[in-house]
Amino acid sequence: MKVLTLNFLTCAVKACKSTSTSFPLHPKDCEMVSDTIEPNPKLLYNILPRVNWTALLTTVAELGFPELPPNPPTIEELQADEKMTQELHTLLLETQISEGCLVCGNCGHAYAIKEGIANFLLPNHLV
Amino acid sequence: MADAAAAPNADQYEEQHVHEVYEQIASHFSSTRYQAWPIVKSFMQELEPGTIGLDVGCGNGKYLAVNKDVFIVGSDRSSNLVKIAAQHEPHSAIIADSLVLPHQPGRFDFAICIAVIHHLSTPQRRQEAVKVILECLRDDGRALIYVWALEQKNSRRGWDEGDDQDVMVPWVLKTGKKNPMEDGATEKTFQRYYHLYRSGELEADVNAVGGGVVDSGYEKDNWWAICCKSESFTKASG
Repeated sequence: MKVLTLNFLTCAVKACKSTSTSFPLHPKDCEMVSDTIEPNPKLLYNILPRVNWTALLTTVAELGFPELPPNPPTIEELQADEKMTQELHTLLLETQISEGCLVCGNCGHAYAIKEGIANFLLPNHLV
Repeated sequence: MADAAAAPNADQYEEQHVHEVYEQIASHFSSTRYQAWPIVKSFMQELEPGTIGLDVGCGNGKYLAVNKDVFIVGSDRSSNLVKIAAQHEPHSAIIADSLVLPHQPGRFDFAICIAVIHHLSTPQRRQEAVKVILECLRDDGRALIYVWALEQKNSRRGWDEGDDQDVMVPWVLKTGKKNPMEDGATEKTFQRYYHLYRSGELEADVNAVGGGVVDSGYEKDNWWAICCKSESFTKASG
């Protein structure tokens, strides 16, 4: 489960989706690993405008990573700053949650992550 | 003949006749699923770099390999298939039900749903699947949906207009003599439920949930449709 993926997930419970507290999901008791993924600036530059930056700031703080700037860098800023491009690549695509869970801030349901894969199948009473 | 529409619990029926089968045949099924269908391949290749998409019912993730300049969250009910799909970088794969997706509405540029909703056993559930996918799209987003056709008289199965649309299709799992099953057999037949789509049925399902059809057609025993959230968005560029 990549940090970037977390930015595009919310609670699977229908009633939670319309609430502001269900996004982003909150990582809990997480073990992190780092994979090596080939850098792709074309992908990274164009993804950033689609990332919910506020949610990313929350995720980064909850995982205990160094703070990000309050606003997303522009493509021009990234092109001029190789270090920042590399750091964002590492954070968004290479940093992964291998074990732990993701908790909904609205209903409290915890989705397990095992061997890097999150399971969003709901128990019958929540469907 | 499958009498799915009369099943009291469609989700339990699909659990037995779809999900459990794929979980057991995952590895063998995956080894036979590596060719990308041309319509799907061209849809994927034309995407703008950095766009974000979904692959609903991604199976082994064979379409995740087509374009590495976009980011796709693949999902499938079968954890064994998701484990295989998760290996396709730079993408991601999660275990989820196609009717209960864990995504915010309006966040995604595109979605593909290939050979998935024909496994749902009632008309209501098939339409709900389309609705759930369309809800994830941005206003200018596009979804490609692909389903098995009833009209395929030249295929190995030979179905055609007028035949029963709800069928059980066998999958013969072969293990080889070196790895026999518990009872010593080297092959086992699983039955999977399918709803075979009539001409026009997929487009009607899209319209029934308020979606617009941008383009649609037939490709090698399958019907496909590229659709968007609303009829009023069909003329937008994309």
